[in-house]
Amino acid sequence: MSHQPVAIVGIGQTHHKRKRADVSIAGLVREAAQRALEDANMDWGDIDAVVLGKAPDFFEGVMKPEMYLADALGAVNKPMFRVHTAGSVGGSTGIVGSHLVSSGRHKRVLSLAFEKQSEGNAQFALGGGKGASIGAGGAFAPFIRSYIQRSGAPEDIGWMVAVKDRLNGAKNPYAHLKLADITIDKVKESPMMWDPLRFLESCPSSDGACAVIFTDEDGGKAASKPPAWVLATAMKSEPGWYSGRDPVNPQAAHACAQEIYKTVGITNPREQIDCAELYVPFSWYEPMWLEAHEIAAPGEGWKMTQSGATALGGDFPVNMSGGVLSSNPIGASGLLRFAEAALQVRGLAEDHQVGGANLAIAQAYGANAQFFAMWAVGSSLNPLG
Amino acid sequence: MAPSENDIAIVGFAQLPPERRSNLTESDLVLRSTREVIAQVGIDKSEIGFTVSGSCDYLSGQGFSFVQNTDAYGMVPAINESHVEMDGAWAMYEAYVRLLQGDIDIAMAVGVGKNSNSDPSTLFTVEFDPYYLTPLGTDTWTLAALQARALIDSGKATERDFAEVVVRNRANAKSNPFAQVKGDYSVDELLAADYVRNPLRRHDLPPTTDQAAAVILARGKRAYDLCERPAWITGIDHRIEAHLPTVRKDITTSVSTRIAAEAAGVGKGPIDVAEIHAPFSFQELILRESLGLDASTEVNPSGGALAAHSVMTVGLIRVGEAANQIIKNGKNRTLAHTTSGPCLQQNLVCVLEGDQ
Repeated sequence: MSHQPVAIVGIGQTHHKRKRADVSIAGLVREAAQRALEDANMDWGDIDAVVLGKAPDFFEGVMKPEMYLADALGAVNKPMFRVHTAGSVGGSTGIVGSHLVSSGRHKRVLSLAFEKQSEGNAQFALGGGKGASIGAGGAFAPFIRSYIQRSGAPEDIGWMVAVKDRLNGAKNPYAHLKLADITIDKVKESPMMWDPLRFLESCPSSDGACAVIFTDEDGGKAASKPPAWVLATAMKSEPGWYSGRDPVNPQAAHACAQEIYKTVGITNPREQIDCAELYVPFSWYEPMWLEAHEIAAPGEGWKMTQSGATALGGDFPVNMSGGVLSSNPIGASGLLRFAEAALQVRGLAEDHQVGGANLAIAQAYGANAQFFAMWAVGSSLNPLG
Repeated sequence: MAPSENDIAIVGFAQLPPERRSNLTESDLVLRSTREVIAQVGIDKSEIGFTVSGSCDYLSGQGFSFVQNTDAYGMVPAINESHVEMDGAWAMYEAYVRLLQGDIDIAMAVGVGKNSNSDPSTLFTVEFDPYYLTPLGTDTWTLAALQARALIDSGKATERDFAEVVVRNRANAKSNPFAQVKGDYSVDELLAADYVRNPLRRHDLPPTTDQAAAVILARGKRAYDLCERPAWITGIDHRIEAHLPTVRKDITTSVSTRIAAEAAGVGKGPIDVAEIHAPFSFQELILRESLGLDASTEVNPSGGALAAHSVMTVGLIRVGEAANQIIKNGKNRTLAHTTSGPCLQQNLVCVLEGDQ
């Protein structure tokens, strides 16, 4: 689809925590960007344009913070762009950055997404900045109950996802939660938040940032470390409510995946894709997205979780980084998924590396499970041969 | 001209009448402006390959406000869609880059802002550095006044020059059906008013406006199906400067505008008409110089941002007005500019050309 090939040559993220009181917002984003520059063997002056993404400005109480962050991100006298597409924003930020290179507008682009949730009240902001917010868990729990009823999935599937993602997170040095001693019993016994979601099946609230550096084909080939190649990008939106809508299995989720598979030439996602980073803020979204993205047949997603296929050593690992369940700086969460997919095909994911990963997908979703951003990345421009 | 597949044009533009206080929701404003521009170019909405909007949660007074606005697009089946927390002119830039991917031919960009929800001197205090500026209660007007004072001190302009900008823009606005502030005024009459922020008077400040606007862009030959004389985007660039005005070397000039204008190729030929987004009267003087415009360019025949100033929409309207000069008014080469942030921190410059 793209005009010109795009390579990912730099990835950086902060250590995600409940509260990064040691840094300002500027310090937080700079920490991620600096790590991406080091990874790319670049300096600030090498970057031609910056794309900044984050969820609602109400999270920190700063309107259009990219204005204030221009200095910290080395954007002075350069183009700086601000994306906001709700929860999918991290993914959109990566896609917009990659398009600036594929279109030939710029040679080297820095996409950065962040959230410093400890500076404000996330629950208040998630409710649109109004009182009586039911939060994201309250919004998604009915969809999850509906999925369980329809699929006949046993109740322990959600617990299994919660354990698996936290064990992966324990291997990721940047993860907020490192719960190496988590067990099914601990999840099962944790407090009920939004039936059927228990405390340990829910994402944390984190401070964190993620940075990705894109360059063109020449830049990718000249990179000092293996690049990841952007094979396809897609953003699809549908209304949050409409007559006949299926929020458990949104049409936009299907359309987004179909566009990616078509562009890359994927005909059997389960077989051809080596691993996936999916936006799973609440445990049950793993099987739900496996189905809505056509990796598993309808009603069969939970069986992939149950069989261990989605574990780090399984045949279709999901959320090797620990996922949103292990770190959730909301605006950055999507870009963290996209970055982890790239790390995997670069072979740089260390303790959470999937052996021989050549083709990976990443996804982020937002608002009322209605906005979807997705990309496929490869260790080469043609990983399917 | 015979367009290549990488040539992108604005083929349609619709704006709603500006209002001091609209009773419509943002979603309704988006619905009306997009329906109008779609009807204008005579396509079905299913032909639009990408839709992107620019709006601001803080202006609408709630987080995720753009989410409801997307209901205006009719997204069943799902569409390619995005949003920027920037003026609609930057949404137009994203649409332009998206069209350059080459897989779609038509895109729509929207800007919407209900500025009447808040008092700008209160609201815009949170647009600044949250640790050093916002706690001081610094507002856009105050920082603009400091910039105006610097301009006066530099000897480049006087308060009378500021008032002359206002008189000309308000007079131009008389012939613009989409102007909120218009009429015949004298410089002496304006200068008799009290200061709001010394040396700025009420007339030097932007009005508060609720408005929406939308443009449709098309790629390559497809543009001729939608518009007899498309406004081709022959140059576009945007730049940002340091946030704190005190960090910038000289706030009586706009470095980011100058770089963007050079990158957009403004100086490659004469500019017939320029639509400049100067929220404060004196900033038009700074911008004219930084854009490299001479006396042959007609500036703001619409009345510019002093005639209507819906933050998040005003920049896209400059693009639409400059495009209409080509589409409807026979001009050959026009310029659109928009700005964001304190003291002209961020600037976008777009050069449009018609077939000759």
